Amino acid sequence: MNRLNKLVAIALPALLLAGCELGTKEQEQVGYRGTAMVQINDPDSKAKVGEIPAPPYELTAEMVAGDKAGTAYENVQVLGDTSVDEFNYLMQAMTTWIAPDGSAIKDAGCTYCHNPENMASDEKYTKVVARKMLQMTRTINANWKPHFGNQDNGGVTCWTCHRGNPVPVNNWSTAVPEPGNITGNKRGGNTPAASVAYASLNYDPFTDYLAGKESIRVGGKAFPTAASNASIQSTEKTYGLMMHMSQGLGVNCTYCHNSNNFAKWEDSRPQRVNAWYGIRMVRDINNNYITALGDVWPQNGAGPYGNRRGPHGDPLKVNCATCHQGVNKPLGGYKMLKDYPALKGSTPAPAVAAAPAPAPAETAAAAAVVKPAA
Amino acid sequence: MAVLSFERKYRVRGGTLIGGDLFDFWIGPFYVGFFGVTTIFFAALGTALILYGAAIGPTWNPWLINIAPPDISYGLKLAPLKEGGLWQIITICAIGAFGSWALREVEICRKLGIGYHVPAAFGMAIFAYVTLVVFRPLLMGAWGYGFPYGIFPHLDWVSNTGYQYLHFHYNPAHMLAVSFFFTTTLALGLHGALVLSAVNPAKGEAVKSPEYEDTFFRDLIGYSVGTLGIHRVGLLLAMNAGFWSAVCIIISGPFWSRGWPEWWTWWLNLPIWR
Repeated sequence: MNRLNKLVAIALPALLLAGCELGTKEQEQVGYRGTAMVQINDPDSKAKVGEIPAPPYELTAEMVAGDKAGTAYENVQVLGDTSVDEFNYLMQAMTTWIAPDGSAIKDAGCTYCHNPENMASDEKYTKVVARKMLQMTRTINANWKPHFGNQDNGGVTCWTCHRGNPVPVNNWSTAVPEPGNITGNKRGGNTPAASVAYASLNYDPFTDYLAGKESIRVGGKAFPTAASNASIQSTEKTYGLMMHMSQGLGVNCTYCHNSNNFAKWEDSRPQRVNAWYGIRMVRDINNNYITALGDVWPQNGAGPYGNRRGPHGDPLKVNCATCHQGVNKPLGGYKMLKDYPALKGSTPAPAVAAAPAPAPAETAAAAAVVKPAA
Repeated sequence: MAVLSFERKYRVRGGTLIGGDLFDFWIGPFYVGFFGVTTIFFAALGTALILYGAAIGPTWNPWLINIAPPDISYGLKLAPLKEGGLWQIITICAIGAFGSWALREVEICRKLGIGYHVPAAFGMAIFAYVTLVVFRPLLMGAWGYGFPYGIFPHLDWVSNTGYQYLHFHYNPAHMLAVSFFFTTTLALGLHGALVLSAVNPAKGEAVKSPEYEDTFFRDLIGYSVGTLGIHRVGLLLAMNAGFWSAVCIIISGPFWSRGWPEWWTWWLNLPIWR
């Protein structure tokens, strides 16, 4: 009995502590003192800022000024205005980013997209996808600058999402519909799904909010009535999306919101404005670039490089985690774009004006430094 | 305030923990004692400091008055008075007042020769408060983790602290605490209804004895915990509610930094079915 007591005395605390994160936490206060707007992270479990591959070689001014790829090569539809040297520099980088030589990926290297006999040929579907992705990257960098706080060289490269993989690791596709009968019907939730940080919330908030343009804001300024659309279901779907955003960025809700009033821009942090643009940027990516490729994506089981569609048949798409990968600034905020000017896109000035903006009244105060409550 | 006819028999000298006979007297119906004096001291000083904090703050709206703790950057140091130092002194006053009151209860228990159930129960509430404003800040390394003193401000703190862990309802100790709080109110509701029914019989009928009360619950659920037992159950439920409240907040931050739903992945990852 004495031995049993000792065993319990040792085993019980060990069991209780097994699910814990011990040790000092990283802390960052992000709101007025006493509002509990604090980011708390365990250094051991926090997502690491991934490594960033160096450029293939130094890109000199003469190289950038050389002959244009559009005249030197055939079938250069997007990067025609880029010099031959910069074009090849970028192609080499893209290979490292997406299907690096020497990796286990089938046809790794140039041949992942190109027919080595005829580099200009579009016979491999991956080349058609890559072209669309280049257009997408240039659009993101030119048109969605507000998401990057309008910083110089703020933006993305292929590496931001791909990290050496042909398909970015974090992606989503529409969930398989629930069975029509009672058995096994989980009503789209009630599953500890990683997509919503293991809550029982609706695990596919993406189809409606990151491809569709359903209103994420369920609350209203007026007192709810029977005519209000703020159902529990839509509220939980919004909560699910927010869980994904928190998880994807490695932050908690108070990184953007003061939960005193989630909707109120004046009491939110400026980061919420970046997120507002981010949501619309992701919709643009999913609808106008990924889904727009249509049947370029091979049917599951038919493509040479594995499945590119979800169980529902729609292509694998992006969400916040695709780029962020658990870090609030992807790659720790490193401005990789500075080394790849060809990815910046060519029409920044008019395109920025074309990007939508939150209703002015909503963001007027949010853009300024958040004013403490007292 | 007249002294009730039976009150004199409860006015027992002695049993004090400190101060001997010095404060062993009554003012009207109220026992004073050493800890009564310290309670008055801490409560008056703390209240005065709260009023001072309100006076130098932006509002006299009683809902919005806010005595906030220091910035996290002050760590466990003292902060300037207007930047959280006030909160630190008021916290000392609050703990002094609550602790004094509990010890005054102990002295009264000793005078009456009864058990320490009342101070023990109140002690659990103090323990939960001290966990919030002392133990957890100590573990996190900054007084800034304490909650602000103010009606709306402390509610905002609760809300944001919950959302630091994405969905606080998945906190296992919070689950227990909430269940105990609800069960406490259920037990009190059942008990109160039973007593009121027993002592308010229909016109012309006698007040019902505990046998009737027992019979009611034996009929209803097959068991009656009894007249003494219900108070033991109530104490157990209420003290557990306070205890698990303290646990649920002390594990949030010092021992877990991610969303609470994710904590349950230990269950999903058990080697039996992972």
